[in-house]
This record gives sequence, C-alpha cells and structure tokens, in this order.
Amino acid sequence: MAAMLQSFGVSSASVAFSDHSAKLSVRSLPVIRSEARSISCPTNGTRCTRKITTKAVAVENPASAASKPGHELLLFEALREGLEEEMERDPRVCVMGEDVGHYGGSYKVTKGLADKYGDLRVLDTPIAENSFTGMAIGAAMTGLRPIIEGMNMGFLLLAFNQISDNCGMLHYTSGGQFTIPTVIRGPGGVGRQLGAEHSQRLESYFQSIPGIQMVACSTPYNAKGLMKAAIRSENPVVLFEHVLLYNLKERIPDEEYVLSLEEAEMVRPGEHVTILTYSRMRYHVMQAAKTLVNKGFDPEVIDIRSLKPFDLYTIGNSVKKTHRVVIVEECMRTGGIGASLTAAINENFHDYLDAPIVCLSSQDVPTPYAGTLEEWTVVQPAQIVAAVEQLCQ
Amino acid sequence: MAQLTRRSAKLLEPISAAVSATRHLTTSSTSPITVETSLPFTGHKIDPPSRSVETTPQELLTFFRDMALMRRMEIAADSLYKAKLIRGFCHLYDGQEAVSVGMEAAITKKDCIITAYRDHCIFLGRGGTLFETFAELMGRKDGCSKGKGGSMHFYKKDSGFYGGHGIVGAQVPLGIGLSFAQKYNKDENVTFAMYGDGAANQGQLFEALNMAALWDLPSILVCENNHYGMGTAEWRSAKSPSYFKRGDYAPGLKVDGMDALAVKQACKFAKEHALKNGPIILEMDTYRYHGHSMSDPGSTYRTRDEISGVRQERDPIERIRKLIISHDLATEKELKDTEKEVRKEVDEAIAKAKESPLPDASELFTNVHVKGFGVEAFGADRKELRAVLP
Repeated sequence: MAAMLQSFGVSSASVAFSDHSAKLSVRSLPVIRSEARSISCPTNGTRCTRKITTKAVAVENPASAASKPGHELLLFEALREGLEEEMERDPRVCVMGEDVGHYGGSYKVTKGLADKYGDLRVLDTPIAENSFTGMAIGAAMTGLRPIIEGMNMGFLLLAFNQISDNCGMLHYTSGGQFTIPTVIRGPGGVGRQLGAEHSQRLESYFQSIPGIQMVACSTPYNAKGLMKAAIRSENPVVLFEHVLLYNLKERIPDEEYVLSLEEAEMVRPGEHVTILTYSRMRYHVMQAAKTLVNKGFDPEVIDIRSLKPFDLYTIGNSVKKTHRVVIVEECMRTGGIGASLTAAINENFHDYLDAPIVCLSSQDVPTPYAGTLEEWTVVQPAQIVAAVEQLCQ
Repeated sequence: MAQLTRRSAKLLEPISAAVSATRHLTTSSTSPITVETSLPFTGHKIDPPSRSVETTPQELLTFFRDMALMRRMEIAADSLYKAKLIRGFCHLYDGQEAVSVGMEAAITKKDCIITAYRDHCIFLGRGGTLFETFAELMGRKDGCSKGKGGSMHFYKKDSGFYGGHGIVGAQVPLGIGLSFAQKYNKDENVTFAMYGDGAANQGQLFEALNMAALWDLPSILVCENNHYGMGTAEWRSAKSPSYFKRGDYAPGLKVDGMDALAVKQACKFAKEHALKNGPIILEMDTYRYHGHSMSDPGSTYRTRDEISGVRQERDPIERIRKLIISHDLATEKELKDTEKEVRKEVDEAIAKAKESPLPDASELFTNVHVKGFGVEAFGADRKELRAVLP
C-alpha cells in the first residue's frame, strides 16, 4: 500500500514537473494555489492522499467563482490595482518611467493610468535612468511621492549613484531634514532567454545601501499589499518584481489591505527543515516541496519577502523549530541575498542549528542565452530536493 | 558731513564712530540708484537683459556686509582646517561670493537652490547661521545636519536650500526634480540648480536639461564657471567652454559672476523666463582664490600672478566698496568697521561652535530610516527586533 502510494506520489510529481516546465513559458504559468498546502495529518503522522492542485487554471465554473469572496486577477493587475488605489488616495503619488504613460507600461502595470491621471502624474520619461531617478528623488525631497519604474531592473544600474547616495543617504546626511518617500520598482530576475544584461538580480547590489528598504513580491496578494505599503512608507523602498511572475493568477480580497514591509510570509508550515526563499524561487521550492512531502519530509517554506531588513523574528522562530536551514535564491553565489541571510542566521541563531546552512544560489556566471544553459544557471526543484535530502539524513 | 568726520576724526573719534554707526543704520534708504554692470550680458537664443540695474543704498550696503561675512567665514574655515578642527574635504567659496549674494537679492526663500559641495556661503545666503555652519564643519551636533553631513552636506529645508552634494553633477537631476515638484504643485516658484564648469561635462546634466525643456519645468541651470575643474583648466576639459551655449535648444546667458548686480539682474531675468518658458542656463564667469579644496594649494595649475590679478581687478567686494564710496553711501572707515564687526561675529560663532558637543554615539543609528508608517511593524532597522527569542 505504502509502496503503491509512494510510486503514485513519485509519478504524479514527475508528471507535474514536466507539465510545469512545459508550461513555463512567459505568458502561462499555472497558479500555485495556497490552499491545498499541508498534506500531513498531524494526528497520526501518516500521509493523507489528498490531491494537490498543480494546474489551477482560469475559473472553470463562473457560478462558484461568484459565490467566493474577493476577485481574481493577474499579478500585474494586482500591482496596478494597488498603484491606482494609492494614486486615488493621495494626490502626491506620481509615476515616472519609460513608456509608463501612453504605452501603458512594458508589462502593463500602469495601463490606463495616464488616461485617468494625466501626463504629468504618469510621466513618460526619455531613456535617461540616472537623471529621471535623480529627478524623482529631487521631487521626493519636496514632499511628492514618486514611483520610479525601471523597465528592467538591470537598467537601474545606470542610476546606482542616485539610488545609493541620494535616495538612501539623504535622510541621514541632512540630519533628518529630508525624507525620500520613493518607490523604485521593476522586473528583474532570470526570464526566458532574455540574455545576460536583461536577466540581472539587483537585490545583491543594492542590499548594502544604507537607508533603503527592499521587498520582493511573489503572488498577486503580496504584490498589491507590498506596493501599497511601499508607497505609504516614508522611506525609499525598492520593490523587486520578477519577469516570469506577472501572469500569475490569484483571488485576492475585495477590501483594502496593506502588508507589512518587514514581514516574511509562511507559505507552508513544517517540522523538518526551514526553506527560505523569495520571488520566483518560491515556486521552485513549492514544487520541490511536493516531491519532498511524497518522500516523507515535512519542509517549512517561508517566503522572506523583506530582503532588507530580514524578518529575523519569523525566520528565527522557524529555525528554533526545525534546526535546519536551506536557502533557495536566484541571486548569484557571491554576495547575494543568500550570503547575507546565511551570515545573519549564523550570527543570531547559531545555537539552534543542527547542521550548517545550505544556500542554493544561481551560478556566478552571466546568464547565457541558450535555454538549457540558462536552466542550469538557476536553482531547479530537483536540486532543492537533493539538498534537503542530504541535509536531513 | 563726510568731510567733517574725516577731518576731525582724531578728536571726535568716539562721537564720529557713533554718528557713522547711526548713519549706517539709518541708510536704509530705498531711493533707487541705477548702476551699469561691468560688462554687457551675452545671450544665446535669447535677448539679454539691459546692463542698467536698479539698486538701493540699503541693498548695496547689505551686499557689502554679506559678502564680507562670507569672505571672513571662508578664511576662518581655512584656519580651522589647518588647525585640524575641520577634517576631510573643505571646498571654499571666497571669490565667488557675488553669485550667492546677487542670486538671493533676486529671489525669495520659496524658490529652491541646490548646489554641489562648495555650499557654505550659499547656505549662509539662504538664512543659515554662522554657528550652524561652523558646528557642522567641526562635526558637532549643533550643526545644520547634526554633524552627520559635514562640509559637503549643508541643507536648510525651511528656506528652500536643498544642499550640499558630494558627487559632481548628481545634484542637477535633483534640481530638475525640485522644479518638477514646483510645476506639479503649481506654486509659481523656480529652482536654481548650480554646478561648476567641471560638472558641465556630465551627461546627466544634458539628460536633465532635456527633460526640463520637454516639460517646461521652471528650472534655471547656473554654471559657476571658475575656469578650473580642480586642477584641469576649462580649455583642457571642454571642447566648447561656452557653457551658456551648451544647452543648444535652451537659451543661455553669460554673466560676469564677480559683479553682484549683474548676477542679480540675470537671476531676476532668468526667473521670469523660467516661469513662462522653461529652462534657461546662466553661466557665471567667476573665480575662486583658494584651490579646489583645502588639500589643493591651487597654484600648481595656475600662476600666483593670475590669482592676484583677478583679486586686484575683479574682486566682488572691492567692486561694491568702490560703488558705495563713489555714491557716498558710506565712508572708507565705516566699511572697514563693518569688516571688523563681521570678523568679530565670525570669531564669536567659532568660539561658540567649539563649545558645542560632539554627537552622541546613539546618533550613529538615527535618521537612517524614518520609523513607523501606520501599518504595524517593527522599525526598518535591524537593531530592533519585535521580540527576543527565549
């Protein structure tokens, strides 16, 4: 019986995997539902044979959809909703970036906003990242609340001086006279064969800048909540979105909600090992989690969301419970978020660890164009499964 | 009256001093005087304003006093630096005072000024006090940035002074942002984004100017051309040293930056223009007597004759002094007394600043983030945990 269950579990997982990878083209990622999560029955420790929805697609039964609370939308729509609500609420909120106005945003996040709020509030800038970022920061010094869109996060490297010196440090060097309530957002991460320069992970470069906060969204729910929180924050916030996650669909509440910028999200509670991740890697981890569960492990998955500062409270509680940590990130091995997180956990929770922290990151190479090479650059679910198995021996 | 005081100076010194003091103060006459600027303005794609500037005795005396104060402050900063009370970088503005003083005369505190690191005098012009200046330079907590900024990071939000920036050229996009906010808020004020001849070669300037011109932002780009980008003369770093023409589609004006009245006229003209038509570039032809900063002697790339030549012929304070005397607004002696007064003021401020304490150790972590914004969270400071694990 157990063997049959086991094989069933394995085969369904592998089917799911291949299905998943086939579907992982830019425009059609399946929705990972957050409901059907924990499948271990806490009472007797055996595994239930509850089926996990791996391929929830567009609402099949409109009637049942109407009866459920909330509304369904895609991640980029959730971002737009959050943005629009904040622009409605506060006339000082404005957007600046390339093609955000008339074009509607290269990932449609600002679609329709220029028609509604005008060309000055949703500003199409020339291709001059350094100076329009500087311009937004100058406007923020007077009290406006600009949102700077980098068409791709990688382009914001050109604005690094403005982000580091003026955005991050002005509050300090002016002795508190100026606050810089900007939001810098844009898609980053490794996409589908976009090439090295368009597949960068800037969170590793920005993390040292004192004075900024960094958050990464991963679901429509947290995208909207973090966008709103970032806009309302008096500090400069960098909101990292991911190119491949814009078409995720989820049902989010109708009522207004704002999430905390400094909190991590418990995706799947567990007992054996803490897996810390963020952004796109969350989905690779959840996929690996399915396999792991079928193999008898009980991973606790936390989406850290807040990249600077780390939510050491949630993370610490988890480490205290499981005593083993795996970090799965998309940053490169050297100097990435995983490296800092490893150091932070070692510093703060060393006594609670039963084994060294395992950090799975992307390779220290420019992202190649060829599909297979690109796949090997990034951490894949199979590697996560292998790492957890080895750690939990 | 002037003759009397001069002839019987020795006998009636105390009385004459009192008399001249009262005369000084009562010359708050605003009867207009028309003065011609030293040189005509040169325009680029614009008709330059007239050479005749309206001024008043009060204004001229104020110019003199303010410039003398600035000059004295910078010289005192020089001594403090050599005494190692000021550390790091210290960029002095002496020689360029006319730009700050002339600009202030043309605008209000609602207009914004942003500049680079040569900002001590501009801060003073915007209403900063000597005490705040020296305290900041010496890193004390009573400084304008609580001692955490230093020479290059002076700010005064309530009078529209946005700093104080260390990276060459980075303040110009910020300045365009200030004017963007002014346009957004429709408040009929302008921004003066100042930079030097060295910074004029930064790409971000042209990017910023492009945006300002595209959206008709009320911005005025002021190039303080002191002819040297640290050690490199302008002819060695710029193919086209006519910085006022560099805006191409944006009009420009070349101004004698050592003549406070010319600066005043140009800034007034530029403000009117910017409010109606968008950005304009002003090139202030000025000169700095000190080197680029205190670590630069300032004589390896230019001759001492050049420096003393400019001091003889174009010094801004001397020009106003001559104007005042020729228009009989004050005597030579009275002006010297003003300078003595100013010196005393500076010395007092330095003494007071030396008493000011250094910032507390806890100040290291304040003002990194603004704490708390409504949604319940612990502060964005890793030092603060929401709970301590048992």
